[in-house]
Amino acid sequence: MALDKNQIAKRISRELKDGMYVNLGIGIPTLVANFVPEDIEIELQSENGMLGIGPFPTEEEVDADLINAGKQTVTLRTGGSYFDSALSFGMIRAGKVDITVLGAMEVADNGDIANWKVPGKMVKGMGGAMDLVASAKNIIVAMQHTDKAGNSKLLPECTLPITGLKCVKKVVTDLGVFEITPEGFLCTEYAPGVTIDEIKAKTAGRLVISDQVKEVQL
Amino acid sequence: MGFNKVVANAEEAVQDIRDNAVIMLGGFGLCGIPENSITALIKKGVKDLTFISNNAGVDDFGIGLMLKTRQVKKMIASYVGENAEFERQLLSGELEVELVPQGTLVTRCMAAAYGFPAIFTPAGVGTEVAEGKEVRNFKGKDYLVEEAFEADYSIVKAWKGDTAGNLIFNKTARNFNSVMAMAGKISIVEVEELVPAGQLDPNFIHVPGIYVHRIFQGSNYEKRIEQRTVRSK
Repeated sequence: MALDKNQIAKRISRELKDGMYVNLGIGIPTLVANFVPEDIEIELQSENGMLGIGPFPTEEEVDADLINAGKQTVTLRTGGSYFDSALSFGMIRAGKVDITVLGAMEVADNGDIANWKVPGKMVKGMGGAMDLVASAKNIIVAMQHTDKAGNSKLLPECTLPITGLKCVKKVVTDLGVFEITPEGFLCTEYAPGVTIDEIKAKTAGRLVISDQVKEVQL
Repeated sequence: MGFNKVVANAEEAVQDIRDNAVIMLGGFGLCGIPENSITALIKKGVKDLTFISNNAGVDDFGIGLMLKTRQVKKMIASYVGENAEFERQLLSGELEVELVPQGTLVTRCMAAAYGFPAIFTPAGVGTEVAEGKEVRNFKGKDYLVEEAFEADYSIVKAWKGDTAGNLIFNKTARNFNSVMAMAGKISIVEVEELVPAGQLDPNFIHVPGIYVHRIFQGSNYEKRIEQRTVRSK
């Protein structure tokens, strides 16, 4: 069985270490917050200007002045803080955020990422994605391995407009875990029930299977 | 006389804004937008405005209201995805749009506030955002040269302000508001609570009054929520 969205998020949550500052994008990345191991503490950064995103508020706690970058109402954890958007991107640019998890439409085997625009369709804008990918130290992409038509999203080079160059470090898809290396996508883990042949068939970019490849542990 | 920046209301605050003005408008989504001033601009009916704002509102709130009344010539924004009328005007060519990475957008405002003519940012290097822009290399990494914004006005919403124009913002409603409040040639601020100078703790001022030209007590805030997400107890 390939991984579902929650399982992709759960696998990514294992990349988190105690004391990390983390920025989660919209979509599958947001789900990662639900799987933070209980024995570690992390702090979530939201680019609209807060550190320490807490759980959704109760009805009584809802505050229109307290939202995350996805414009959802949230709460603030003990020890959190608020700041303006310039400082928020300042800390991102300065490399203070330890891990950034993003969704993507395409990732190239050199770490290029495309996730903001499909020509000919309504363009919504890049939001903070270009800033994040240009500066973050450790970018992990969470996405489906193929698009709805079955085409690989792990490519030799991106066909869609680029968001950032050579920036992705790791990709977690429904089929497995892939590190970006000079040799291309290095498959280190495969989803339960998914064969290496299937991964090979569905990966268009350069692919190397690790000697130590193993099943994803959730 | 002296340092009293107070005007009576939104109508008075925006009364000299003319057609074709370039305006920074604070807020992130609908969070912290200057609701009273938007209403006053609609009432005033000024046209061909250029807005520098992270988002373009929704169909029936925020900048979306001024799209409906066809007052907007150009939007400079980072994310505009919540608005059907926006999409219609964009596709029909009635509306000009410049998309700017969010960090670049706010830092170009910051540059104006801090007196820098331009910034160097890695955001957008190698993308279509970089087209036609100067690239500088520092210590082996490429950066785009992005110029400070020049806006005729900035219009923002603060939580508390005093008669001298000192401002304090609430939670994530600070977002673009505090930076933009410092970045326009004329800075207009509406506040939820206006107090006499001396009543705000000077240690906790987010924007000092030197940047602010007009301030007024706002009223009837709707504070609409885009994504109301809650948990049970």
